[in-house]
Amino acid sequence: MKIHEYQAKQLFAQYGVPVPQGYPAFSVTEAMAAADKLPGPVWVVKAQIHAGGRGLGGGVKVCKSKAEVNDRAGQILGMQLKTHQTGPEGQLVRRLYIEGGADIKRELYLGMLLDRDVGKIVVMASTEGGMNIEDVAHNTPELIHKAWIDPNVGVQAFQGRQLAFKLGMSGKTVNAFVKVLSSLYELYMAKDCSLVEINPLVVQGDGSIIALDGKVNFDDNAMYRHPDILAFRDLDEEDPREIEASKYDLNYVHLDGNVGCLVNGAGLAMATMDILKHYGSEPANFLDVGGGATAEKVTAAFKIILSDKRVHAIFVNIFGGIMKCDTIAEGVVTAAKEVGLDRPLVVRLEGTNVELGKQILRDSGLPILTGNDMKDGAQKAVEAAKKYAAAHA
Amino acid sequence: MAVLVDKNTRLLVQGITGTSGAFHTRQAIAYGTNVVAGVVPGKGGTKFDDTVPIFDTVADAIHATGANASVVYVPPPFAADAIMECADNELALCVAITEGIPVLDMLRVKQFLASHRTRLIGPNCPGIITPGQCKIGIMPGHIHKPGNVAVLSRSGTLTYEAVGQLTALGIGQSTCIGIGGDPIKGTDFIDALTLFAEDPDTHAIIMIGEIGGSAEEEAAAWIKANLKKPVIGFIAGLTAPPGRRMGHAGAIISGGTGTGQSKIAAFEANGIKVAPTPGDLASTLLTVWQPK
Repeated sequence: MKIHEYQAKQLFAQYGVPVPQGYPAFSVTEAMAAADKLPGPVWVVKAQIHAGGRGLGGGVKVCKSKAEVNDRAGQILGMQLKTHQTGPEGQLVRRLYIEGGADIKRELYLGMLLDRDVGKIVVMASTEGGMNIEDVAHNTPELIHKAWIDPNVGVQAFQGRQLAFKLGMSGKTVNAFVKVLSSLYELYMAKDCSLVEINPLVVQGDGSIIALDGKVNFDDNAMYRHPDILAFRDLDEEDPREIEASKYDLNYVHLDGNVGCLVNGAGLAMATMDILKHYGSEPANFLDVGGGATAEKVTAAFKIILSDKRVHAIFVNIFGGIMKCDTIAEGVVTAAKEVGLDRPLVVRLEGTNVELGKQILRDSGLPILTGNDMKDGAQKAVEAAKKYAAAHA
Repeated sequence: MAVLVDKNTRLLVQGITGTSGAFHTRQAIAYGTNVVAGVVPGKGGTKFDDTVPIFDTVADAIHATGANASVVYVPPPFAADAIMECADNELALCVAITEGIPVLDMLRVKQFLASHRTRLIGPNCPGIITPGQCKIGIMPGHIHKPGNVAVLSRSGTLTYEAVGQLTALGIGQSTCIGIGGDPIKGTDFIDALTLFAEDPDTHAIIMIGEIGGSAEEEAAAWIKANLKKPVIGFIAGLTAPPGRRMGHAGAIISGGTGTGQSKIAAFEANGIKVAPTPGDLASTLLTVWQPK
């Protein structure tokens, strides 16, 4: 789960990481009220969306007067902000964060996430703050310094000092950095984070440290024990199809292709996307219906897939291990009838009672194509999508 | 011979009375697995389906029944605790089926396991099966056939896909292990490959990976350096976009690492043939190995 910058900064403040004074605003009036609470002489108007690269996309503006805050807030609110993470359609800006300025002497990077290969949290720090850290990691990996945290004892002061000296810090800045690192780790562990990132972390003229930006992601599996974090969820930032899917416990990710997929199991669902590509189409989605593919879940999945008008065919690929194929076939037929199937459907079933399942599909009177195995089904789906596209061009 | 589980396995089921635990315990018993005990705190002294004795603690269950392996169907908030209870009793094997355990819980479990002898398989996995002898987990027993090919995978349904293709060609399996789709897990590819390397009943291996992490790359290098048996591979998720979690908590390309392309390149660079599609798992194996 992702949250906004202003929410991340609330958590930073709560755990003792210094942040500039600032206030969220949902309208220009609120933005002006926020500006009135800040001393100036500069104000920063920041678009709040769940994507990075906001500054380059024109979503962050430094203002020299309150009149300018008024203008910029009006321009940014309601804009379709395009960044390298939003895709070409961009993301509608509904919230702003109005913040005071900082006395920027140096811009650094500080991040924390799980290193799955060693089973520890890794800290990453770099002098290249304000840049896209993935580019830094790719082009100049020697500029990223790392420290791994022993889960038994947590982050230690010496680790903070080592990183601070590598970043070229001196004097009281070193201790300030050690404190920031310890606070971030405390936040990470207390709230089940999956990523905590400050980019840039700023060293000010007086040697103090302040988090100018903030990004915090969370482990979805742990949100049951963090109602305070769940309250930060902003459904406007999520794909409506993915929200709908989550209501039915379906794992759905929207993609840009034209063959919809309905599969049981995450690995098979990924492999189904791949085999469609192998035969010349692009998948329209990832969709794992999970172990219990009930008629209700299959119906919901069909509705979500068909709501995407770019979908030209659907490929249902089920390895019904313990689930019986006849049960799944009935679910598919019920769903197809209820939803009103207007695009080609290819079904591949494998497992117990497979012949009975195929019989149910044949007897349904619906124009369902049967895949004899995964390859056959994928080829038929690709072909059907091409035919449909040609007929409806 | 086989690895980890066979007809001498005496299984205890943690969470035997839950919907999933109960269903799969009945399936396992029907397959022939020797289920000796269930553990449900507070239900000690009762019986599951009038046959399997239930105990309050893992310690009680082991003491009374001589259980030597456990399977965990406990819901995610309590699953880490269940695994650690198992390890505290030094049971040889713990298979955690539960999907959705918080990562930080598994971080603690992993540390705990380091000072205990219990081998963990999973979590978020289908389990382990030695066909004809012992089935622990949620895989469909009937698609399997005893034989000499090991199947090793992060994905449940892709394991079934591989097994289904093998059995359809009359090729049996030695032991199939689903290591699970989570970022922090007990047994990894190299651990399992080490067991298969030493198992005389395993003559060839199908290894199925997916995007995220670098376990496949490390395993590929290990195979080239250490394994004399034929191995073929497959990687799921070539079409997955970066930064999006593909169902499994561990199936995510982040920071430019963990891509399918890099894993396939590592397989090929280490002489491991890669199946072109998930429909070609068994046929690709037959290009490098023939059953006797």
